[in-house]
Amino acid sequence: MQHTSTQDTLVGLFVAAGIVGLLFLALQVSNLSTFIEEDTYTVAARFENSGGLKVKSPVSVAGVKIGQVKAISFDPTTYESVVEMHINAKYNTLPDDTSASIFTAGLLGEQYVNLVPGGSEEYLKEGSTIEITQSAIILEKVIGQFLFKSAEEKAETKK
Amino acid sequence: MTQFLQFLGRTTRTGFTKLGRGTFFLLHTLGGIGSILPRPRLILNQMYAVGVLSFLIITISGLFVGMVLGLQGFYILSDFGAEETLGLMVAASLVRELGPVVTALLFAGRAGSALTAEIGLMKATEQLSGMEMMAVDPIKRIISPRFLAGLLSMPLLAALFSMIGILGGHMVGVGLLGVDEGSYWSQMQAGIDFQDDIVNGVIKSIVFGFVATWIALFEGYDTIPTSEGVSRATTRTVVNSAFSILGLDFILTALMFGD
Amino acid sequence: MDNSVSSQNSLVSVHNLSFSRGNKKIFDDISLEFERGKITAIMGPSGTGKTTLLKLIGGQLFPDHGSVTVDGQNVHRLRRSELYNLRKRMGMLFQSGALLTDMNVYDNVAFPLREHTHLPESMIRTLVLMKLQAVGLRGARDLMPNELSGGMARRIALARAIALDPMMIMYDEPFTGQDPISMGALVHLIKSLNNTLGLTSIIVSHDVHETAAISDYIYVLSEGKVVGQGTPKEIQQSESEWVQQFMTGAADGPVHFHYPATDYVDDLLSSKKRSGRVSKRYGQL
Repeated sequence: MQHTSTQDTLVGLFVAAGIVGLLFLALQVSNLSTFIEEDTYTVAARFENSGGLKVKSPVSVAGVKIGQVKAISFDPTTYESVVEMHINAKYNTLPDDTSASIFTAGLLGEQYVNLVPGGSEEYLKEGSTIEITQSAIILEKVIGQFLFKSAEEKAETKK
Repeated sequence: MTQFLQFLGRTTRTGFTKLGRGTFFLLHTLGGIGSILPRPRLILNQMYAVGVLSFLIITISGLFVGMVLGLQGFYILSDFGAEETLGLMVAASLVRELGPVVTALLFAGRAGSALTAEIGLMKATEQLSGMEMMAVDPIKRIISPRFLAGLLSMPLLAALFSMIGILGGHMVGVGLLGVDEGSYWSQMQAGIDFQDDIVNGVIKSIVFGFVATWIALFEGYDTIPTSEGVSRATTRTVVNSAFSILGLDFILTALMFGD
Repeated sequence: MDNSVSSQNSLVSVHNLSFSRGNKKIFDDISLEFERGKITAIMGPSGTGKTTLLKLIGGQLFPDHGSVTVDGQNVHRLRRSELYNLRKRMGMLFQSGALLTDMNVYDNVAFPLREHTHLPESMIRTLVLMKLQAVGLRGARDLMPNELSGGMARRIALARAIALDPMMIMYDEPFTGQDPISMGALVHLIKSLNNTLGLTSIIVSHDVHETAAISDYIYVLSEGKVVGQGTPKEIQQSESEWVQQFMTGAADGPVHFHYPATDYVDDLLSSKKRSGRVSKRYGQL
């Protein structure tokens, strides 16, 4: 058949492009990169309220993702939410007095755990628990407080 | 009334006999794949006809669909102050739905109709009969490689469509409308799940590829061997493929994304 | 069974064959014998199912009754693989040539060799060139089928049909729509291939003179029946009115010029718009 070699090249290019597309979807678009089981260690944190936090929500320090939420459970004795996180083993120098808080990315964005390192010489390791935590910011609460406060201010200026 | 019932009965009967023929045809085609695999050249030639020749329409459509998604998404999301999630919106629409579905529809129009016309003409010009008389099974020799090529090409085309679409959305959203580059990607990565979204999207496109290629080949093979028959079969390919793809999409979506 | 010709010497025998398509009877209990090494022609007007007969012999269609035996094997009792093995020894020349349009002439002739043998490419080349030389078109090997004239396409198809050195060839209307020169070439080819390769040939045709010139035995079919048979000479001297009309090409005779209709004058004077067709009265042509 004529032009066989050009056809072959084009088919090769097409298949290569398709595979690039699949890899792009897997690695650049989805969370597969976090799927590949890297070495991690598990750290728990207790929150009064974990809000809209979900399994696979990111865990970050200074805006950089270092791990993800593995499990969220309810402790019936203390009435607290227990959040287990897998932290990438690379980042094994987090002080054991690190504090954890639940933040929201943007107004409607999803919630994530933000860690703020403390000053201790000891590091968090497998099975450690983060003691200092701040619960999720519940939007309704904040708005309520804001309204209450501004009403108060108004009342004060009127005096 | 009796006329209507008669019509209904006749339609049902012809529908079922056609489905039966189609199933038999499919089994025969699948049976031929084994004998075709040792001859990759046959499949390669069809990958050219089915895949490479659909490449341009798929990539260009993908680009424009992505750009429109970027534009529309931005205006809707900015009302809620959530422009950062544009990347997620564009990617989720493409990966879950638009990628597999639009690719399959374009595939049916471009490659499917061409397959039907080709097979139909081969039938009308006695090439299939001739092959049979040369003791070559036309289903194995002609249909099976085309079927395999369609099956392999569709997921690749759909992945390309989605990729180009996401880049098109990026071009408009980040390049033109000033969405933050970092959040375009990070929101996307945080929201798109490999298993639930990407794998399911690929499964969809494989199913669509299977059905669209099957319909195209069967309509060609089942053609009334005249020029009018071939042109009708070509139209039927596009119409039937579109119906099947959209109907299956609903079923698959319900199965995959409904918890 | 009325085997008038001894089946000892025949390669293909058709016994009491009936075949119908829908409600229309195409063959009604016909029996034919095709002798080894001879050219046998089947003649009859268009629409008498001559091509259908070839497809029945090739096992592409199944008869309602009766049997077809090729080289001692009942075609319709064979399993698929056995039928395919038998077909490798049967060549068929389709009216349109049925060349594969996406391959050039060379690849078309090489097609059966590549599909059925594991010969090295150099040997395939030799064989292909030999077959092309036999039909006089060795120089056309690089052309695509759409660049060929009808006569050339048929000769290429003939080269392809003899590629596997079959024991017999079936020709479906080989002369239809040919100019006198290609017609002459084809007549010469069929005759010489038959003699040099020792083939058994079956020709289906309605071209009276060309067919009569080369065939050893002729069957004339009409309305699903054999209406005449014999050597070309016997056929030409046949007393059957029908055969005479067919051989001489008279416009009117047992086969009427007019399609069955009501009386002409009645029809002209009638004010109704109804169709002038009557059923059954004249029977079917």
